Amino acid sequence: MFKAIVIIKRRPSILDPQGKAVEEGAKLLGFNNISGTRIGKYVEFNVDAEDYNSAEKEVKEYAEKLLSNPIMEDFEFHLEEAK
Amino acid sequence: MKIKYGIVVFPGSNCDHDAYYVAKKIINEDSAFLWHKENDLQGSDVIILPGGFSYGDYLRTGAIAKFSPIMNSVIEFANKGGIVLGICNGFQILLETGLLPGVMLKNESLKFICKDVYLKVENKNTIFTNKISEDVLQIPIAHGEGNYFADENTLAELEGNDQIVFRYSSPKGEISDEFNPNGSKLNIAGIVNKQGNVLGMMPHPERSSDSVLHKTDGIGIFQSITETIRSKVAEV
Repeated sequence: MFKAIVIIKRRPSILDPQGKAVEEGAKLLGFNNISGTRIGKYVEFNVDAEDYNSAEKEVKEYAEKLLSNPIMEDFEFHLEEAK
Repeated sequence: MKIKYGIVVFPGSNCDHDAYYVAKKIINEDSAFLWHKENDLQGSDVIILPGGFSYGDYLRTGAIAKFSPIMNSVIEFANKGGIVLGICNGFQILLETGLLPGVMLKNESLKFICKDVYLKVENKNTIFTNKISEDVLQIPIAHGEGNYFADENTLAELEGNDQIVFRYSSPKGEISDEFNPNGSKLNIAGIVNKQGNVLGMMPHPERSSDSVLHKTDGIGIFQSITETIRSKVAEV
């Protein structure tokens, strides 16, 4: 069994109004050193696979087909054997 | 012969009954609900993907609906030239399935917007608009994610092929940022695919088709579809 974490981020070229709004809030609170806020998604799940490579293949396919939309998002993932 | 409107019902659809009502009671055609778990289109002549919040809009709007069993049949139907109209969430689903290009981002204001808007009809030579006489329609929008986005090449292609059917405009049909409610690229409110048989639009024509509501600018879209199908049948 493997444990996967997928992080989905908006592509840099895509405006992130949510991130922008949160950053406005940060400024109001006096966090003046904060910039470049981008909000994404975090998804964690288990993968029942024989080995790392087949788990990795499945995670990638899942992220490409459903979890992200390549027109506006990129994803990265972390995968490790569940203890 | 009556034209049959198949209205797909996803968990979370909420404009399905309005579309059914317009098809059956306003333009007096036939209509049927198509449950998302089925794959039979029940001999529908046209498919409507209605507005709402399919699967709670989880992940991305339309992202999960695209894998519903019924969508395989709808995609096959569309690829064979079948007429498909996606309204609001239906438009978002068409984008996710790839039947139409682009994506919907959150409205620039981050707010859900529910109000009447004006739409310039940019292309009256489509299956969906050929019976519309007005140049500008007043039709309501109701969405949080209607900010149409596509890359520059796609936008140029849409423009070049006359695929932009509706743009947000002033009551007189002027196109500018001032009349863009959600930040959509090129004020896009509705587009067709290259073949011209699939239309996606954010505004809700089914909410402005009944004279009881004193708003009937949406009816032309349903009349155009119906007449197109009827004339095709007559040719055969």
